Amino acid sequence: MAQKRVLMKGNEVIAEAAIRAGCRNYFGYPITPQTEVMHYMAKKMVQIGGNFVQAESEVAAINMVYGCAAAGFRVMTSSSSPGISLKQEGISYIAGAELPAVVVNIVRGGPGLGGILPAQGDYFQATKGGGHGDYRNIVIAPASVQELYELTVEAFNLADKYRNLVMIMGDGTLGQMMEPVAFRDEEPIADVKKPWAACGRCKTEDGSVRPHNTVTSIYIDPDTLEYKNRELQEKYKVIEENEQRWEAINIEDAEVIITAFSTCSRISRNVIRQAAEMGIKVGMIRPITLWPFPKKAIAEVAAMPSVKAFLDVELNAGQMIEDVRLAVNGTKPVYFHGRMGGNLPTQKEILDKIVRIHNGETVEGGIV
Amino acid sequence: MAVVFKPTEGLTDKPFHYCPGCCHGIIHRIIAESMVEMDLLNSAVEVASVGCTYNSYEYFNCDAVQAAHGRAPAVATGIKRNLKDQTVFTYQGDGDLASIGTAEIIHAAARGEKITVFFVNNAVYGMTSGQMAPTTLLGQVTTTSPFGRDASYQGYPINVSELIANLTGAVYVERVCLTDYKNIMNAKRAVQKAFNVQKNNLGFSFVEFLSTCPTNWGKEPVAALDWLKEKMIPQYPLGCFKGEDLKFDASGNLIAGEVHAGEKEVRA
Repeated sequence: MAQKRVLMKGNEVIAEAAIRAGCRNYFGYPITPQTEVMHYMAKKMVQIGGNFVQAESEVAAINMVYGCAAAGFRVMTSSSSPGISLKQEGISYIAGAELPAVVVNIVRGGPGLGGILPAQGDYFQATKGGGHGDYRNIVIAPASVQELYELTVEAFNLADKYRNLVMIMGDGTLGQMMEPVAFRDEEPIADVKKPWAACGRCKTEDGSVRPHNTVTSIYIDPDTLEYKNRELQEKYKVIEENEQRWEAINIEDAEVIITAFSTCSRISRNVIRQAAEMGIKVGMIRPITLWPFPKKAIAEVAAMPSVKAFLDVELNAGQMIEDVRLAVNGTKPVYFHGRMGGNLPTQKEILDKIVRIHNGETVEGGIV
Repeated sequence: MAVVFKPTEGLTDKPFHYCPGCCHGIIHRIIAESMVEMDLLNSAVEVASVGCTYNSYEYFNCDAVQAAHGRAPAVATGIKRNLKDQTVFTYQGDGDLASIGTAEIIHAAARGEKITVFFVNNAVYGMTSGQMAPTTLLGQVTTTSPFGRDASYQGYPINVSELIANLTGAVYVERVCLTDYKNIMNAKRAVQKAFNVQKNNLGFSFVEFLSTCPTNWGKEPVAALDWLKEKMIPQYPLGCFKGEDLKFDASGNLIAGEVHAGEKEVRA
């Protein structure tokens, strides 16, 4: 039987997915263009006996997330770029204390207060750390409302599996977009035990008392802190090895490979079709995880003899392109097309560059 | 030989790192003793903060979470909202609570979070070596007010208890000191009353301890206590600012006193 599909807004689907994933805690602060996540949670959490707190600031919200995760409960917050900057303090502490938490960033244009329209200018902040210290967040970039649902559920499982923060990175387009979504009857929720949680429930069922738990990120002794950092880096290596996700589109015999995530990948799909009509074979690698970056997939495509060049398309001045270039490792030219300020690239803009690249031209700079 | 005094089970065996004459040791002890007497050791969660007590979780013999500077009330909110039967308390200094954490403490109190906040006010930043705190007295010399705190230049001290007591969500607010046996016993009573307010789900409870910092005040421990009595208490008067009529029996059940109407509606 075909699954029933419902028409929903991206932001609301994120909230619904979190609830389906067993998240009963949402702490947030209003900011455009993600507030529908909060509105949905405000209503639903009361109805299902969960916790919803409109915090006094993004800083307070992420620290509520920290406390909640430290006590062993699934928890989410959502915001948009300026708010995510404020949350970086807590995000660093969550990394240091190795707590599972899900943070949603519906990215808008920056820097500063910027604008409220879609952008991808937070790629560096999301994938290279963002706050202080050596750490990584798992960063997931859905490209449709259906994916917002499936990947948000997955985000909670990954967070628990690795005791790591998972960021869902969308943009204003995706958050505000309405598309049909098909929900599963039952979610694949990983049942991860959290014996480390500082929950004050120290008496076990047999009447014995477990040792007290502490959740902390401070290690004054340099050797202890270095050891702790080594442990973190070992964990990140395992995540890099196991969790690179991407979609490869039309790459067989492709001459030009587009790299684009989320909204840009949707526009680029149409370009692939248009190029094919002109006799140009264009493929695409769409990173689904921005960290760990799917460098294996990009390196493999770069090694294909048919591939002449790459065109990276982003809603910024060129951020993911640095990771693409590292993966391509100088074997093929990597060109760029980007828009900023909340503007989206048109198919024609991208197609024009594809044609020029296909003709063997060097495509300059790339920022329109 | 009869044992007349021994370490409390509420504290671990780890030796304190606090300076001689600092009141943290006494405050730790009365909170720890209260947890033992009220059977909270295996059900409480402490939220440690930033400053001299950043690692207080190594001393309190209960579960604990270490929080970022000033954020302990937000962290405690995230914990307590899920663990309504556990006792959740923060332990914060004046830089942490009254400076960087003003938003968090005010809003946790305004929301009537069912947590207990222990606020240690020694009128100076301790750990970072003696800078001016929001609670530094007028005229007080610190490393960042080297000519004495000047109201026209550095503003006025904040009386946090009085501020918190103005908020409807705060149910019990008291300021105590630890200058002698009588005051220490009174402070311990306040600790237990605050825990009982939380146990009875009445709302936000707050105890401010006037404390000494001989190291950063540049005083001998006894002289520091004298300075606290002579200088600090006039600025920060002792007493209960809210919830004085709340009374609890030996088992911690509310037997007298009214919580304001708004709070009752929330509880219902």
